[in-house]
Amino acid sequence: MGTIEVSGKSYETDEEGYLVDLAQWNEEVGAYLATTESVEMTDQHWEVINFLRDYYNEFQIAPAVRVLTKAIGKKLGPDKGTSQYLYDLFPYGPAKQACKIAGLPKPTGCV
Amino acid sequence: MLHIVNKSPLERNALDACLRVAQGGALLLTEDAVYAATRGNAAAEKITAAMAGMKVYVLGPDLDARGMTDRLLDGVTTVDYGGFVDLVTEYPTNQSWL
Amino acid sequence: MSEGTIKKFMFVNRKAPYGTIYALESPEVVLISAAFDQDVSLVFMDDGVFQLKKGQQTKGIENKNFSPTYRALDGYDIEKLYVEQESLDARGLTEDDLLVDVTVMTREEMGKLMETMDVVLSF
Repeated sequence: MGTIEVSGKSYETDEEGYLVDLAQWNEEVGAYLATTESVEMTDQHWEVINFLRDYYNEFQIAPAVRVLTKAIGKKLGPDKGTSQYLYDLFPYGPAKQACKIAGLPKPTGCV
Repeated sequence: MLHIVNKSPLERNALDACLRVAQGGALLLTEDAVYAATRGNAAAEKITAAMAGMKVYVLGPDLDARGMTDRLLDGVTTVDYGGFVDLVTEYPTNQSWL
Repeated sequence: MSEGTIKKFMFVNRKAPYGTIYALESPEVVLISAAFDQDVSLVFMDDGVFQLKKGQQTKGIENKNFSPTYRALDGYDIEKLYVEQESLDARGLTEDDLLVDVTVMTREEMGKLMETMDVVLSF
């Protein structure tokens, strides 16, 4: 368990730095979590983050990377639905890093 | 006496045991036991029969969680958590059939 | 992920949601097995058919509603969902009450299908 401070408010995280209560998430918190992962956020990054949050709202799980890649390709175009594209944005694993920034739990089956 | 059952009637015999012994009073169905008071469930006739001699209640939030709210048997009363507490205080004794 | 033998896995779900932890754990294990590219079938029988009931609203019991997860299975290429007819009948449910597309089969057909599996896990 840990705590992060963003704009004077504190948020609880688990031992790996994932936000405990995803309802507390906002873009500012996302931006802060990105700095802990050394990810410099661009519009392309936010597009993936927003996609992940929509996916979670609909299905109540964080997708595995293979599923994320396929779903992104369907939604945002085939040039973005490749693991190369997603790894360029999130070098330490799109599912793992992007989920953390999006305030979601770690994807099931992701070690 | 207030009888409280929280097990599915098609998985455990808690409801059967309760209805075999109960002498009137009230029956409150919670958790998986709420399925017993839904139309089409194989245990529904037991609840209908029991209503001749006792008042039957279900816990609303448990019914909602299971998506069964619109299938509640006629004559069964829905209570919320506050109503649950009221029932417990209304009857001098209560028994949870685990 | 290394190339391995593909085995036929069947997950048998027999418990109602929320009353016990089984129904929550099952989809977790199913999703993990999907990550290893196995041939996965899901069976819903007895009170397990209630896991697929439409319209679950868990706000009041402060539990996570995990039923939408079943709609994500398609994206994981898990498309073999089987429901036992007799179990639906005993609970006043029909295929229309379920939140995903399933194949409804009789008890006997279910038994035969089970015999063709390499691994059967019960929840």
